Amino acid sequence: MPEGDRKIRVLVAKPGLDGHDRGAKVIASAFRDAGFEVIYTGLHQTPEMIVSAAVQEDVDVVAMSVLSGAHMTLFPRVMELLEEAGAEDVLLTGGGIIPEEDMRALQERGVGRLFGPGTATREAVAYIKEWAAGRRERGG
Amino acid sequence: MTERENPALSELEGRLAEKDREIGRLKAELRAWEKAWGRIPKRDDALFTSISGREVKPVYTPLDLAEDGGYLEDLGLPGEYPFTRAPYTTMYRTRLWTMRQFAGFATAEETNQRYKYLLAHGQTGLSVAFDFPTLMGYDSDHPRSLGEVGVCGVAISSLADMETLFDGIPLDQVSVSMTINGPAVILFAFYVAAAERQGVSHQALRGTVQNDILKEYQAQHAWVYPPEPALRLIVDMFEWCSQHAPKYNPISISGYHIREAGATAGQELAFTLGNGFEYVERGRARGLDVDRFAPRLSFFFDVHNDFFEEVAKFRAARRIWARHLREKYQARDPESWRLRTHAQTAGVSLTAQQPESNIVRVAYQGLAAVLGGTQSLHTNSMDETLALPTEKAVRIALRTQQILAYETGVPNTTDPLGGSYYVEALTDQLEAEAEEIFKQVEEIGGVVSGIEAGWFQKGIADSAFRQQVEVESGQRKVVGVNDFTEGSESIEIDTLRISPEIEEKQRARLARLRAERDEARVGDALAALRAAAETGDNLVDPILDCARAWCTLYEIREAMERVFGSYKEPVFF
Repeated sequence: MPEGDRKIRVLVAKPGLDGHDRGAKVIASAFRDAGFEVIYTGLHQTPEMIVSAAVQEDVDVVAMSVLSGAHMTLFPRVMELLEEAGAEDVLLTGGGIIPEEDMRALQERGVGRLFGPGTATREAVAYIKEWAAGRRERGG
Repeated sequence: MTERENPALSELEGRLAEKDREIGRLKAELRAWEKAWGRIPKRDDALFTSISGREVKPVYTPLDLAEDGGYLEDLGLPGEYPFTRAPYTTMYRTRLWTMRQFAGFATAEETNQRYKYLLAHGQTGLSVAFDFPTLMGYDSDHPRSLGEVGVCGVAISSLADMETLFDGIPLDQVSVSMTINGPAVILFAFYVAAAERQGVSHQALRGTVQNDILKEYQAQHAWVYPPEPALRLIVDMFEWCSQHAPKYNPISISGYHIREAGATAGQELAFTLGNGFEYVERGRARGLDVDRFAPRLSFFFDVHNDFFEEVAKFRAARRIWARHLREKYQARDPESWRLRTHAQTAGVSLTAQQPESNIVRVAYQGLAAVLGGTQSLHTNSMDETLALPTEKAVRIALRTQQILAYETGVPNTTDPLGGSYYVEALTDQLEAEAEEIFKQVEEIGGVVSGIEAGWFQKGIADSAFRQQVEVESGQRKVVGVNDFTEGSESIEIDTLRISPEIEEKQRARLARLRAERDEARVGDALAALRAAAETGDNLVDPILDCARAWCTLYEIREAMERVFGSYKEPVFF
């Protein structure tokens, strides 16, 4: 099977101490229904645990759900560790309770789109599909 | 005189026959009405089901009321078994519900200021929101706490922080509720020790600690130890409070987080009460008399959007609890039968889009809680889907309760919806649904087995997904989210932000504590706790000794963890 036809592999991750997993589980189910291969980390993961799972599972996308307000610590840390692990081609995206100005600041630092409360799951699905199509075109 | 000739009996027979005829006429008329109803077009832009997926009939009549059981058996008077109408005789005419806004952020100092602000604006009780590290039993300077200190609640790592939190707030006069579960007994010990330092006796302590670990495994996920030792600590609290702090509620059995995680109203009701019964059984297994601890078991329910279903849920909860406690658990003290509850409006129903609309959602939900007969209420602030609430948003939320209490006339009469065909039918349905779920839980081997198998977690996640599909398909309208979205494009609202300096400040506080305390005393207290954990002894006193010796939250957590181990969740989606 050519690389480009491989199913998109997504790691749905819950970093930090936040136990709110309703969104993570809903999005994981929606990704699966959209035809992605989905791995869910479970709760209370450190950035190190997430990046190690991402590398081990050879995922294309890491989607983090953060409702704890610690997004400005957690996203940059995972970004940094992905780069250290040589996995800088992995898309880091996510959602949660993240003010718009923080979303913009994180995007400037290389994080992908972030989705706030009330987003339809199909928007996140469409975003990941577009990103994957763009990567194929770029020859990634 | 034979029975046949008894005039009273024939009069009764006559009346019954008349009643039968009337029911027959009603049935016939209803059939005709339904035909007419069927011919008239209906709106096609709405789901005529409750948010929990319950079918709702277009009209309810006396035919929908339960056939067995009379008024006194099923409803009773306020304050009387089975408490369907209200837990207390006089309800809001004697005392309004406690207006208790959940609050906490940054360090103990900032939160202490917020508490004083709330009390000055007429709030009547306090409710502590801890940050995630505290909820999980980590000190503010633990590596796992990085970035989370004081962000979602207040950071409390020791007795010193707890003392600052209640500085100038007399703990024998203000009732305090603490939302803490995995390490609940440790925070409770800090609280008791802080009260001691204010000169408040254990006997005078009022308030509540959430301490409901079962729903943590099911929904909220702030756990520390595995179920068995965690349940042991909870029963230790029941025992200790029944002996030393008889006015304190050592648990608040909570449906709130179960509902917020996606459960339906019926699941919330059944899982919560099922957890309550598990705690009763654990207490009895310890050899405690049910009437010694059941009167101090308190509850906490969500109050969501579907107005009548929510009102009925509170009524059904009281009736189910009363029946089980009296019939199954043989409690003899009416206080053991009486379900008392806190309520909070549904955070999950709030929208980030057009946040001011949340004020209205919260007002309707608050009204449902009061019509349901709640004992205390937290009304959410409009900005809570965006950040911690600002002072202004909190004040509006509190004013919403004050308007309800003082302007609407709603508190004047008890259970004003009692006798509504719809509300009574919903109450009966919810009770039947809960009984069905209790049977299923029994079949899978009880609450703890269900948790280990992920049965509750799966049920909640499935309900959450169904609700998401309803909203995304547009079948269920959410104002400002999938319809009426003009004005939703950008979110302009002031939010409260926690500065990163807070983490530094809190770490510095903790460093000072570690430097100043008597390390030998710390070591002795922790060693004594660990030794006690190896036995079957009640651990509250040894934990209290650790608190008084200025041991930190994580040190105490870890001392027990060495004996108890930690919890590993079953992961699935």
